[in-house]
Amino acid sequence: MKDPRIPDPLSWSVFTQGIWRDNPVFVMLLGLCPLLAVTNTAMNALAMGLATTFVLVCSGTLVSLLQRVIPKQVRIAAYIIIIATFVTIVDYAIQAISLDLHKALGAFIQLIVVNCVILGRAEAYASKNPVVNAIVNAFGMGVGFTLALLSLGIVREIIGSGSLFGIDLFGAQFQPWAVFVLPPGGFFVLAFWLFVFSLMRKRKETRAKQEEVARAA
Amino acid sequence: MQPDSLTFIFLNAFVINNFVLAMFLGLCPFLGVSGKIKTAANMGLAVVFVMLVSSSSAYGINLLLAKFKLEFLRLICYIAVIASAVQLVEMAIKKFSPALFRALGIFLPLITTNCAILGLALFQTNREYNFPQSLAFSVGAGAGFTLALVLMAGLREKLELADVPDVVTSAALALTLGGLLSLAFMGFAGLGG
Repeated sequence: MKDPRIPDPLSWSVFTQGIWRDNPVFVMLLGLCPLLAVTNTAMNALAMGLATTFVLVCSGTLVSLLQRVIPKQVRIAAYIIIIATFVTIVDYAIQAISLDLHKALGAFIQLIVVNCVILGRAEAYASKNPVVNAIVNAFGMGVGFTLALLSLGIVREIIGSGSLFGIDLFGAQFQPWAVFVLPPGGFFVLAFWLFVFSLMRKRKETRAKQEEVARAA
Repeated sequence: MQPDSLTFIFLNAFVINNFVLAMFLGLCPFLGVSGKIKTAANMGLAVVFVMLVSSSSAYGINLLLAKFKLEFLRLICYIAVIASAVQLVEMAIKKFSPALFRALGIFLPLITTNCAILGLALFQTNREYNFPQSLAFSVGAGAGFTLALVLMAGLREKLELADVPDVVTSAALALTLGGLLSLAFMGFAGLGG
């Protein structure tokens, strides 16, 4: 067990942790509600990913700066208030930039508040590490979450409406498989990705085991 | 049916736009607490409680904020209200029914981070429901959440005995089940007319 009081040295792995090894969606299964709800087009997925990344980085910064000020007993409430503040900012900013996008994402922008990825990062990382590490780590997590959103959004948009970022891909004769932009499609595509990742993990384990046997022989 | 009648609002939240299966709210307990029918039903009951309390207080708060033109504080207030409502329900259950309190255990405090509750408060504000409509909406949403959770738990209890390839991890399997349930619930879409 690592002593939590000694901060991690700033390294490449602080950033890549959220992208691959501890990907919030595919490994930790956090933040599934926005993941499934807004990924019916790739554009929505990208916007949601950027908004979440912004909130992650800003709240991570503030939580890390205030780690000595916030009393331990009320820290969760304090984190929630910090996160809610930044979500309100994002909500009003998106409304100002593009009203269409705001309508498409609906209440899910405001629901970033209860996205467990953000609270999880604040509690598990930002509150124990120096500010630079917290920013880098939060940014990595944001990128990992955005990639996950995109991997769902792209698949669902191509299959479900035959386009990508609104650009028609297959021409008029393509018959879109509409169920993929509807709610069940979200479940199926995520299940498919989880299946792919678990297949990869199994392969790696078997290969490691085989190598061990070969070395022992 | 009138789109703003209480029956329609209830049915809409209950099955047509089921919170879990059509709007993807509250997926964490849907995947996490759906192992056994008994716990699933208890969880649903607690969520209905919290939804009723937080929906009625959110209605009051919204009136207050609108009066003082402080709408930008809505999100922060709602979250604070939900956290206290969960605490309140926890204390009330502990006082009046210690047996139920023990049965629910850790699931009670976790309701705070259930996005179905905050989603409910936000949707009723966006759609400008009045007080009885808000109550019908929250009862419908809570009942729908319970229904989805219990159905899912029933499926998973059966699957315990089935021979599933071990590469399909529990999460992938649960999500496929969720997708199938969601497909089935799409059949209710015509109900509203």
